[in-house]
Amino acid sequence: MEVLTPRSLDDALRLKAELPAARFVQGGTDVLVELNFDRSRPAALINLNEVAELRGFLRENGALVLGSGLTYAELMQPELATALPALAEASRTVGSPQIRNRGTIGGNLGTASPAGDALPPLLVESAQVEIASVRGRRALPLAEFLVGPKRNALEPDELVVSIRISPSGSRQTFMKVGPRNAMVIAVCSLALSVDRERGELRAAFGSAGPVTGLVTAPLDEAERFPAAVAAAASPIDDVRGTAAYRRHALRVLTGRALERCLA
Amino acid sequence: MSATRPKIKARPPTRPRLGKIGESVPRSDGTPKVMGEFAYASDLHAADMLWGHTLRSPHAHARIAEIDISQAVGMPGVHAVLTHADVPGRKTYGLEFTDQPVLAIDRVRYFGEPVAVVAAEHPEQARRAAEAIRVVYELLEPVADPERATEMEPLHPDRPTMGHGYRDDPRSNVVRHMVIRHGDPETAGDVTVDGVYEVGSQDQAFLGPESGLAIPDGEGGVDIYVATQWLHVDRDQVAPCLGLTVEQVRVHLAGVGGAFGGREDLSMQIHGALLALHTNRPVKFVYNREESFTGHVHRHPAKIWCEHRATRDGRITCVRMRILLDGGAYASSSTTVTSNAASFALGPYRVDNALIESTSVYTNNPPCGAMRGFGAVQTCFAAEAQMDRLAAELGIDPVELRLLNALAPGDYLPTGQLIDGALPTAEVIRRAAALEPPAPEGFPRDPIRLPGGAGNTTRGAGVHRGVGFAVGFKNICYSEGFDDSCAARVQLYADGSATVHCAATEVGQGVTDVILQVARTELGTDRITLAPHTTATVGSAGSASASRLTWMVSGAVRDACRAALEEQERREGGEVDVERVHHHRPTTPLDPETGQITGERAHVALAVAAMRAVVEVDIDLGLTRVVWVGTAQDVGKAINPQAVHGQIEGGTAQGLGLALMEEIQTRDGRIVNASFTDYLIPTALDMPPVTVVLVEDPEPDAPYGAKGVGEPPAIVSVAAIAAAVRDATGRALTRVPIRADDICL
Ligand SMILES: Cc1cc2nc3c(=O)[nH]c(=O)nc-3n(C[C@H](O)[C@H](O)[C@H](O)COP(=O)(O)OP(=O)(O)OC[C@H]3O[C@@H](n4cnc5c(N)ncnc54)[C@H](O)[C@@H]3O)c2cc1C
Repeated sequence: MEVLTPRSLDDALRLKAELPAARFVQGGTDVLVELNFDRSRPAALINLNEVAELRGFLRENGALVLGSGLTYAELMQPELATALPALAEASRTVGSPQIRNRGTIGGNLGTASPAGDALPPLLVESAQVEIASVRGRRALPLAEFLVGPKRNALEPDELVVSIRISPSGSRQTFMKVGPRNAMVIAVCSLALSVDRERGELRAAFGSAGPVTGLVTAPLDEAERFPAAVAAAASPIDDVRGTAAYRRHALRVLTGRALERCLA
Repeated sequence: MSATRPKIKARPPTRPRLGKIGESVPRSDGTPKVMGEFAYASDLHAADMLWGHTLRSPHAHARIAEIDISQAVGMPGVHAVLTHADVPGRKTYGLEFTDQPVLAIDRVRYFGEPVAVVAAEHPEQARRAAEAIRVVYELLEPVADPERATEMEPLHPDRPTMGHGYRDDPRSNVVRHMVIRHGDPETAGDVTVDGVYEVGSQDQAFLGPESGLAIPDGEGGVDIYVATQWLHVDRDQVAPCLGLTVEQVRVHLAGVGGAFGGREDLSMQIHGALLALHTNRPVKFVYNREESFTGHVHRHPAKIWCEHRATRDGRITCVRMRILLDGGAYASSSTTVTSNAASFALGPYRVDNALIESTSVYTNNPPCGAMRGFGAVQTCFAAEAQMDRLAAELGIDPVELRLLNALAPGDYLPTGQLIDGALPTAEVIRRAAALEPPAPEGFPRDPIRLPGGAGNTTRGAGVHRGVGFAVGFKNICYSEGFDDSCAARVQLYADGSATVHCAATEVGQGVTDVILQVARTELGTDRITLAPHTTATVGSAGSASASRLTWMVSGAVRDACRAALEEQERREGGEVDVERVHHHRPTTPLDPETGQITGERAHVALAVAAMRAVVEVDIDLGLTRVVWVGTAQDVGKAINPQAVHGQIEGGTAQGLGLALMEEIQTRDGRIVNASFTDYLIPTALDMPPVTVVLVEDPEPDAPYGAKGVGEPPAIVSVAAIAAAVRDATGRALTRVPIRADDICL
């Protein structure tokens, strides 16, 4: 299989336009598993690791622009962890140190798994996904970007450049349930924020529906919020857990998250 | 952007660290494994080698109407496509009964059963050719429920398991049914507790998948380099299927990445040899992870019905137990697992009256066979839960109750066998109970040290602490009349240095160092070389199983060293070459009707361990964290104390896995979690510190008094951890692995 390594964003977009059946690869922690298990045989790989425009982050008019090549290890560094604490907590739950050093936020969006751990905190923070192709640029709210289980709104020639967030500064947290104490795919997960500015409770759950789901409520409905989050989920029984457990756990997690964020 | 490479520090030169018996010797394979330099079987290479691939059944039960290989044989790079029709000798093999086809003949009985094999220039060509083989299956209803197996169509209508001296059972799909009738099973007690317990199917989950290389010798024979547990018995199973003599088949040990029983049965050995002989080229197989889950046997899932009766003051008067083991599609070592489950079902307690019924059945579930603990794991979990119930019913401290009933030399096993060796049950109980667990850690603390760990699910809410205690035991060495032996050969040179040959398989347990330590001790020199482990130069060492290898190898190497010294002295110097075969004392079969001994003993020796486990459980989310484990184990004599500690920690980790997370899940016989994404084994964050006390009470009959140490920790830890979770949650928790749902729904 051919591996192409563009050195700039323009080159990457051009290659993808020429070879829409090629797959982007950043950390490779999803793509290489797929290849090894023979779940996909892409025409070629486009390695984004040398595209400087995707790395790092910058501040723009109070907003944070996170490069899609940011790794979980980078998201856990103090500057970003202070601005986006739930995302940093979520990053810490991801895989092992090796995976956190390689896995990227762009890859998490690319895979768009309902279990993607970066997704609930981004959803709670109303993240915008910034997309580019040779045809131009566009931005989509994350909720519109995630269209189904492992399906996103990208066209075949498009690439995720960055994620734009205006940090709410609200109290927030992330929790993830798994049957062992590290290196698990979420049985279910929850990001929650108490956004006093907007007067809103915001919660997003993972692994409890076809896509990461967002639930909001007025601040004064905290008491009913755990039940509301559990009711909003549409979990299934699978090898990792039962629907009943997932709903129950979401209720418990929401209660605990509220306690943390209202304290 | 230029990649900066981290500087790799040059490894300090390793001075050979020598040691004699009783000294802690760092494992000779330790450094190479940590440095990534150890050659595993999957690293094997031969010039001109082809790659083998196995076509496996996608169904748990089906009739094969047709196999059409015509398209596959013509594909690029393909050198051979073989089916059962190409097996030149016996078409079936097996450890106890030859009931398993080398390649499926007219039906498939489990998901993943080998149907055809391919050799090609490139592994991908082999894989694609296998895909191009057209197999027409007619689906049959799978026997998926072991409780209904005896009422279903027989999966082996020819009953290969009958007439082998075991109890005849006319029901269909019975592999072995045994009954142990001891004293008067109608004896009553002042109190009775009963319970029904279940154990899920555990996988050995070794990291090195099945792999090996078969090389034709150009004269009709074959050399097989493979990761295995018993070289000679591999050879003895391979040769008849190839239509060769055992001399024409030589099996050599390749680097083993873990075994735990899962490599007792054959994997690629016959397939590789068939293809190598057919193509006259070396053929290599490496299973991938998913294939590995179907490529070896698992721990038997079990259901166990128990009734324990005792006097008011806590003496057990009678135990009645019924054990059902799901053997899966082929017998493998099910008969012995059935017997072991029964023999040790009562735990290390003095019980004068008992009725134990143990049955293994054929189903279309994944085949089950040997796994660390071998039947005793399942029954220990049930029996120890019963002991706790009894303690609660009687209002007696659980440790006291166990001490009160502790089995000791001079007592009898339920099979009527007098315990005449070492069995310090009371001492391991006292020593383990005396270990102080760490004081509970306060809050706040890093969530990584809370149930849920890295998941950040609690800051302390819902967390309850629990303490569990358990005792477990099992036999050391093979039982029931099996004539078990181990050979060692010593070439002692004129200058006093020596080469030792022993076919014992190093599976990561450290037997290499045991061999060397014994030889150093006996020959009084450090200049000893260990020859490659092979069938070519020395007799059988027996299996790396049943906690037997340290004992047997120590005996054989000791005897051969002493004989070599004597011989050299007799000849007044020069080079000598002697081989000695060590036998443990003989055993005889159990009576098929009563389960009682027919001679002096059915088991050679016993080993016992006690364990205290402390857990924290988030009772709202059903998440757990094992905080600490303290254990005292009867080891006879620790040949290499550091390696013994390693075995105890490793066995505890494996037991923790079964208690809390590890389970092969099947739907209608198909494995649905054949990956390390969904079959979870404990990580470093799940594993607690383990405080270990070695109780050295020498076994009178064993070389240097040493007992095997690999299995007891895997047996007792399941029960101890489950007990601790019960204590934390107040729930009955009669099934392992304990699922979150069981705790909080
Ligand atoms: C052992 C292990 C543990 C894991 N644990 C977790 C976990 O705990 N939580 C979790 O959420 N995930 C986990 N994962 C999955 C994976 O690590 C994450 O999804 C990670 O974010 C993927 O990032 P990556 O850079 O490696 O993606 P890659 O594998 O490089 O790519 C993933 C997908 O995104 C596409 N893609 C990549 N970059 C772009 C881009 N800029 N624009 C458009 N598409 C793009 C790729 O084409 C591909 O489809 C784990 C994986 C492994 C192997």
